[in-house]
Amino acid sequence: MMMNSTLKNLCKVSPGTIIEGKWHHHRYTILKELGFGANGIVYLAQFHNQRVALKMSDNGMSIISEVNVLKSFAKVQGSSLGPSLVDVDDWVQRNHTISFYVMEYIEGPDLLSFIQQKGNGWTEALVLQLLSDLDTLHKQGWVFGDLKPENLIVMGPPPRIRCIDVGGTTIQGRAIKEFTEFYDRGYWGLGSRKAEPTYDLFAVGMIMINMAYPKRFNKTTGGLNQLRSMIQQKPELKKYEDIILNALQGKYQSAKQMRMDILQGIGSQAKSVVPPAPQQRTRISVKTQRYSPKPSKRRKGGWVETTLIVTIVSVLYFLYIFGI
Amino acid sequence: MNPGTIKQILLITDGCSNQGEDPIAMAALAKEQGITVNVIGVMEHDTIDEKGMKEIEGIAMSGSGVSQVVYAQKLSQTVQMVTRKAMTQTLQGVVNKELRQILGDSKSVEDLPPEQRGEVMEVVDELGETVNLDVLILVDTSASMKNKLPTVKEALLDLSLSLNARSGNNQFGVFVFPGKKKDVEKLLDWTPQLESLTSIFPKLTTGGITPTGPAIREACAYFKKKRSLRSLLSRDDEQYFEESM
Repeated sequence: MMMNSTLKNLCKVSPGTIIEGKWHHHRYTILKELGFGANGIVYLAQFHNQRVALKMSDNGMSIISEVNVLKSFAKVQGSSLGPSLVDVDDWVQRNHTISFYVMEYIEGPDLLSFIQQKGNGWTEALVLQLLSDLDTLHKQGWVFGDLKPENLIVMGPPPRIRCIDVGGTTIQGRAIKEFTEFYDRGYWGLGSRKAEPTYDLFAVGMIMINMAYPKRFNKTTGGLNQLRSMIQQKPELKKYEDIILNALQGKYQSAKQMRMDILQGIGSQAKSVVPPAPQQRTRISVKTQRYSPKPSKRRKGGWVETTLIVTIVSVLYFLYIFGI
Repeated sequence: MNPGTIKQILLITDGCSNQGEDPIAMAALAKEQGITVNVIGVMEHDTIDEKGMKEIEGIAMSGSGVSQVVYAQKLSQTVQMVTRKAMTQTLQGVVNKELRQILGDSKSVEDLPPEQRGEVMEVVDELGETVNLDVLILVDTSASMKNKLPTVKEALLDLSLSLNARSGNNQFGVFVFPGKKKDVEKLLDWTPQLESLTSIFPKLTTGGITPTGPAIREACAYFKKKRSLRSLLSRDDEQYFEESM
């Protein structure tokens, strides 16, 4: 019942330890620790000739809760929402029972490391992949909740983004189970902690910002104003400014909508070379207009030039007339 | 299953009590009255000494709650996590009790095979979303807490944001100790919103002794007051948790 440090230590196991399940009697050999969080520790383990990820926790109920989510994901045909579930069991050790579950091992760097290695060129493709996964997840009645770069692994090749930690995944309409402040709209004063698709899309907006600020930043004034000014300070974010701001304000009702806007944005970037087709004038035309203040400035400069020349000439002319 | 209302005391402190009754005994008393006591120890750069740590863990243990020691910056996230975790524990207790009635004395959720446990967990999740929750927050305002109070305020606002996203009702009350004249002083009466703290909190004066024990005793009494007032008003006999743990 307690947050007991001795129980937590029981979850600390060294490489080579064999974990045998009480109910299904499968044996897993621990290879190394992959990471730990508020809800337990994840290990890389060997099961027959397969490498798997094994998560154990002193809080058995949180394990079961996550297993429920993964089971529900498994029902979605051909989905890549979260890792696939292999086994759930208890490990009896020194009179203590520790619950664990075993899942597919998703290998690869996390989102930010990947972008740092491979460059910004990957941003759009990966965000688009993420949005289509989120769209499927939302259609199943879930909200991912604790969406952050650390929970996003890029596996491959070919590079494919995957969500790995379903600890925050919540049924729509309920209160978000688990979140991380920087990606939480409640923390920034921009919305509630109710599990809605817009909650995840806010986090996607923050992840895009996070890509330009890998070290994140602190909340000062909070609210939209601070985030807007952070976006405007980075040219690589400025081109998505409208999209990110829409996501932060909950203006996208679905991941699909946000996805469409990014796709259109990509189109408009290409089209800034070629003039935009007249039938696609909505958002794109706004963009191109914003990028075209230069010629008007030149025209303004031209006017100044003309007036200046005229004045000088007339002054000289007057001097010439009255001088004589 | 109607689990009624969950009652919790949330104690936010940064060290050891030095006045009045033993806080661990008071926490045990709270537990007997169906109130869970959670403790959060706030550190700054310093660490909490061993004696303080022992007390924090002791209070939570005998109050069948959750304890956590954190740096001030991590407070918001911890406050909501501790509250939710304790709530889930209490609900698990209730569900366990029901299960025992169905399956026989020695059975609990942990004795079920993982497959069936999943279904029980769904019930617990559902209850956690809909159950009513009363949290009485006890804030230590002894001198050493002075510069941590703005963070505490932020954390409490954040807590109401988290809990109000649930569909169940919430009531919060805030006490500080030591009070101006007494050991404990009421800062905020039962309310579903904590926003009013923004105006009250900056005016708080800090200093003096740390009467943690009396504060817990006073907090328990306050739940009783609320209960009797309620029964006078609406006569709704709610089912409480007294024997569930």
